[in-house]
Amino acid sequence: MSDYRVIGKARRRVDARAKVTGQTRFADDLSFPRMLHCKLLRSPHPHALLRQVDVTRALRAPGVVAALTGKDFSIRYGILPVSQDEEPLCRDKVRMTGDPIATVIATTEEEAYAALELIDVEYELLPVIATPLEALQCDEPRIHDYGDRGNVHKSVALEFGDVDAALAAPAHLFDDLFFYEGNTHLAIEQHASVALLEPDGRLALYSSTQTPHYVHRALSRALDLAPHRIRVVATPNGGGFGGKTDPFHHEIVVAKAALLTGRPVKICLTREEVFQCHRGRHPVMMRMRTSVDDDGFIKAVDLETLLDGGAYGSYGVASTFYTGALQTVTYRIPRYRFRGCRTFTNKPPCGPKRGHGTPQPRFAQEVQLDKIAVALGKDPADLRLQQLIEPHSLTANWLQIGSVGLRECIERVIDRSGWRSKWQKMPHGRGAGLACSSYLCGAALPIYWNDMPHSGVQLKIDRSGLITVFCGATEVGQGSDDVLAGIVAEVLGVEPYDIRLVTGDTDLTPVDLGSYSSRVTLMAGNAAIQAAERAKALIAGAVSAKLGIPEERLVFAESRVFDAADPAQGLAFRDAVIIAETIQGSIGTVGSYKPPAAAARFKGGGVGPSPSYSYTTAVAEVEVDAGTGWLRVEKIWIAHDIGRALNPTLARGQVEGSVYMGLGEALSEEQAMRRLPPRLSHALVHKTPSMLDYKSPTALDMPEVFVDLIEQAEANGPFGAKEVGQGPLLPIAPAIANAVFDAVGVRVDEVPITPEKILRALKASGRRAGPQQFPSIAWPQAVYVPPPWEGGDGRAATKAEEALQS
Amino acid sequence: MMRAGRFRYHVASTVADAAAALADGGPHARLLAGGTDLIPNMKRRQDTPDLLVSLRHVGELRGISVNGETAIHAGTSLDDIVKSAAIRAVHPALHRAASQIASPLIRNTATLGGNLCVDTRCNYYNQTFEWRKSIGFCLRGPVPDGICWVAPSGRRCWATASSDSAPALIALGARLTLLSREGERDIPLEELYADDGACPLTKRADEIVTSIRIPSRVVRSTYWKLRRRGSIDFPALGVAAAIRPGPHGVIEDARIVLGAVASHPLLVPESQLLIGRTLTDNVIEEFAEGAARHARPLDNTDFAMTWRKSVARSFLSGALRELRGDDPSTFPLLARETALRNGWRFE
Amino acid sequence: MDKVRLALRVNGEPVDLAIAPNRTLLEVLREDLALTGTKHGCELGECGACAVLLDTRPVLSCLVLALECEGADVVTVEGLAQDARLDPLQEAFSDCGATQCGYCTPGFLITAKALLDERPQATRAEIAEALSGNLCRCTGYIQIFEAVEQAARRISDE
Ligand SMILES: Cc1cc2nc3c(=O)[nH]c(=O)nc-3n(C[C@H](O)[C@H](O)[C@H](O)COP(=O)(O)OP(=O)(O)OC[C@H]3O[C@@H](n4cnc5c(N)ncnc54)[C@H](O)[C@@H]3O)c2cc1C
Ligand code: FES
Ligand code: FES
Repeated sequence: MSDYRVIGKARRRVDARAKVTGQTRFADDLSFPRMLHCKLLRSPHPHALLRQVDVTRALRAPGVVAALTGKDFSIRYGILPVSQDEEPLCRDKVRMTGDPIATVIATTEEEAYAALELIDVEYELLPVIATPLEALQCDEPRIHDYGDRGNVHKSVALEFGDVDAALAAPAHLFDDLFFYEGNTHLAIEQHASVALLEPDGRLALYSSTQTPHYVHRALSRALDLAPHRIRVVATPNGGGFGGKTDPFHHEIVVAKAALLTGRPVKICLTREEVFQCHRGRHPVMMRMRTSVDDDGFIKAVDLETLLDGGAYGSYGVASTFYTGALQTVTYRIPRYRFRGCRTFTNKPPCGPKRGHGTPQPRFAQEVQLDKIAVALGKDPADLRLQQLIEPHSLTANWLQIGSVGLRECIERVIDRSGWRSKWQKMPHGRGAGLACSSYLCGAALPIYWNDMPHSGVQLKIDRSGLITVFCGATEVGQGSDDVLAGIVAEVLGVEPYDIRLVTGDTDLTPVDLGSYSSRVTLMAGNAAIQAAERAKALIAGAVSAKLGIPEERLVFAESRVFDAADPAQGLAFRDAVIIAETIQGSIGTVGSYKPPAAAARFKGGGVGPSPSYSYTTAVAEVEVDAGTGWLRVEKIWIAHDIGRALNPTLARGQVEGSVYMGLGEALSEEQAMRRLPPRLSHALVHKTPSMLDYKSPTALDMPEVFVDLIEQAEANGPFGAKEVGQGPLLPIAPAIANAVFDAVGVRVDEVPITPEKILRALKASGRRAGPQQFPSIAWPQAVYVPPPWEGGDGRAATKAEEALQS
Repeated sequence: MMRAGRFRYHVASTVADAAAALADGGPHARLLAGGTDLIPNMKRRQDTPDLLVSLRHVGELRGISVNGETAIHAGTSLDDIVKSAAIRAVHPALHRAASQIASPLIRNTATLGGNLCVDTRCNYYNQTFEWRKSIGFCLRGPVPDGICWVAPSGRRCWATASSDSAPALIALGARLTLLSREGERDIPLEELYADDGACPLTKRADEIVTSIRIPSRVVRSTYWKLRRRGSIDFPALGVAAAIRPGPHGVIEDARIVLGAVASHPLLVPESQLLIGRTLTDNVIEEFAEGAARHARPLDNTDFAMTWRKSVARSFLSGALRELRGDDPSTFPLLARETALRNGWRFE
Repeated sequence: MDKVRLALRVNGEPVDLAIAPNRTLLEVLREDLALTGTKHGCELGECGACAVLLDTRPVLSCLVLALECEGADVVTVEGLAQDARLDPLQEAFSDCGATQCGYCTPGFLITAKALLDERPQATRAEIAEALSGNLCRCTGYIQIFEAVEQAARRISDE
């Protein structure tokens, strides 16, 4: 294990030089001869019918070359096959402030912007659905003409074992309400795209997208163009965090404009437009009921979630399932029921943000466990340690668990933080809180149904000695380029910096589903290993034949191929390739990866399964000002079970970055909307659509962070690696909430945890701030699945299935 | 990319030249100092001037002199003020205010004159053209019949005075010189401000702030700023306090000013009542309670307004305790952080 | 509102062009001079991505009118390396993991460069203060602080 030369060594990432010299070309950095510029006219109203959209006057404005409206498009699109509900430009109806209505293409951006004022639009205003509660209560007007009913997009119910029976006579029942406010990715790079016609007349789109493959599919659909006539190139993303994983209207609009004008067309969104694209964290109201025995062992959990989905489907159906899917993977939960409901509202659509759908219920679970520990007089760390999920087991909802480093995570942080001498032992006003979490290493199922690989890698090696790696994976800052280079370098014994990468280009690279759900390291990594091993075998065969050294004795290292028994016997890597090319002909290999089949076989069981789960534990130490509620997070200790850190520098950066983003969510970031007095205005607008008002922490707001990486190789991971980009965000908010309680004895069951809320809790008789009531929801009959230990085979039980169908 | 609209541009070579250009330019001419307030406002189309008169190359507007009276030319950058050891030693309130304005990058271009004339702010107003159009333009335009979204029933604008340096300088008793083609005049700084969010300055549009002068009386002073983050954010509350202690701690003069809780920096009238007294706990609490009553924050900045109001009181008493000589490291968390926060500081 | 002549030095080379007065330094660098290394995240002074050195001081190019730079010396991220040799800050950012997506990186490098030029022995607190107008969503700043410290050591060792 320890004799890897590249894997596990802290190194500079392969794309660092380009980034520190300003040479990395992000989408808005691209420029082409005769390029035109595109601006979008967006709806000022949250909900309205479009009576007329007239671009005649705009077309006469200086510099304007073209103008498009919804009439120029006829096909809807959307990321999920079940939610094809977006229009590149709205035709008949707008569903949120910021919905695109028309576009102007002009020779400069300034002219395009000026001409927007000349577009004439007639609106017929519709009543506004501003909150999930209103969505539940008002079936009319419907924001969409699909979905479960009225303005309910999707409601789901899954039950694993008889939960009511388990809750009926518990030793202790904890019934708590939580609310997690929405927040957004705020990648510093604003979305940008350039479309153009290639010399052969085919369409090319360069875009800041995390998912070129899905954009490729959406373009083909929305423009009704054969996929092989379209090329999508994902430019390096200036941060993504999930915000660039949907296909977007602006991408389709510039593509259409390029097809029409025959000229390159660029768009770069303003910050406010990025806030409107959103697809960020769903605001989620939660009710969690947990029964435990006298020793604090969990008997059953019953979770209800209500999601504010915003104006479009996006990943919402998946997000809804995700608010319930991963509650079972950290602790032993014998019986579990989850019911989730996503509503449409006239707001920017929510979608996947770092941790997709899971930080909200994780907050609920970890804060509730803290309450349980306090009520039963147990140390919260011990309460967790006594009931950790077993490695290589199945959960109540049939998720296959692989390696579990959670025990080590807990032990490491309680040791490093001095937890035992801090929790309940610090003076009033100072506190410590602990929380754990887990996250996926990629979803086992693709977004659209198919049986093909999730990741493909192709290697080209030639007589120059250069290795070129082709892979559809997209560099969004997470380090996917470095992972690919590092893995291939390890297998073939060369330097990562000597490898050339071609990524995220649908013309040139094999499909990779995209940079989301922490899937790239594991999936593209495994595909890269396969391709590299195949290349190694080819070269080894040739070298063996030539030098008469048995293949199994050949070592690939230090840019050489040599005899393990006599290292002097060997060749430079380049010479080895020349021999191989001479004997075998041109050298190219491929590798691909498809996750193992899920154990779950019930409807809704497609969300949650993953080849592996990462684990994290965090301890937060805080100080709270009891007079004002002011909160200061002083230190965070965090241990993350990463399987193996392929490049520890990058891995630590991912953990620290997750802590940072978790901190912002926990303390200050809110994607909230402002409604005006209804008798005066119909508006529903973003409260803080700027980087000044949306409070992303600055360099002066970071606490001290102590990171530990727990390395226990995971069988499904490349060199044992698991994800690190998302999981470490999850325990931050609950750890802080628990620390606030330890400091001043109040519960803020709501994120963000602001001084106003802490002060309110301090003054409240219940010593709590948080939601008071969970709305009554007409849940569908639950799909009933016996947990593995109650028999069954992962399918829904017949009785419940029948009930569902009737 | 957000872009400013079109305008003409004049580079002034002297203050007199600038005054002439401004006067000739009429109501749609603006002075451009650091541009860190004006340019964002223009990009959001809050302001659409047709002429900018640049002060950048007017050398006579730059510089600090501290001999007896302190004089700061209006074009001096905030960074130069922050890094002035003399200012830090003699006028801690100004040092602390300047060092917490915006961010270090902004302070490199932003000027003191621009900071004193910074536009008032409001959550309903400091938004893009599209956003304001979406809710319906407020009474600051560009259409004539808008309403104030903060207090829709009234006919005035409640935008918040958001300069950090103004409260500090008023507490320090600063005066400023205004120059126009007609001549020069000299006013106490507090008279620069009208209690009107839409038209916050009393000076004529063609008058240029040329210098700020702080008298040399020995005072103790401080400035406490409330903001959500450690940098970038405007004040959600500012408390500037300056006292002149005489023998036995008896106060000979006191000026306490509240920022960001009204449309003008608010010189607390009760400051006068501190004269002749000593800062005992009782005196401080009584004063803080009374002074906090003047803070009428509205729901148009960061933080809930009731919460801001409650903090106003604790800042008032904290600032006075600090001036009394209490050790800030013993203060409760928010007061401690605020009192110890000193921004950029080279030892 | 005609175009106006503008002469300045960018990364040591004289530049002479004619532009409309409303163009910011950011726009001219990126759109007229193809120096796209300087980034933008807000164009309102709120993120720090557009920082450049203007006569050795780091400023936000989105808030500075290009015409204000008449006769000035501007340095962008493209001008940090000396010939093919990276600046110690660029080396340290690479080695310490201080660049993830890299989008904020030019702004941080420029701001840190001015800091170390003025204050070669900057403490961690001074580094955090100096960089507090630059937002980074990826790193949590810690590896950036470490990189600046490492660069300071490299410079003093040279
Ligand atoms: C992200 C961000 C955060 C900010 N945070 C803060 C903050 O925390 N605290 C704060 O106080 N400010 C803050 N500001 C506002 C602004 O940066 C400062 O107030 C700055 O000091 C303004 O100075 P300037 O020289 O850039 O002014 P300019 O923008 O050049 O001018 C501002 C106004 O003053 C007028 N003016 C300028 N100079 C003179 C003069 N000599 N005589 C008469 N009129 C003049 C101009 O015509 C204009 O109307 C912030 C700005 C931004 C973009
Ligand atoms: S682009 Fe200049 S500060 Fe954001
Ligand atoms: S590295 Fe991505 S924003 Fe800083």
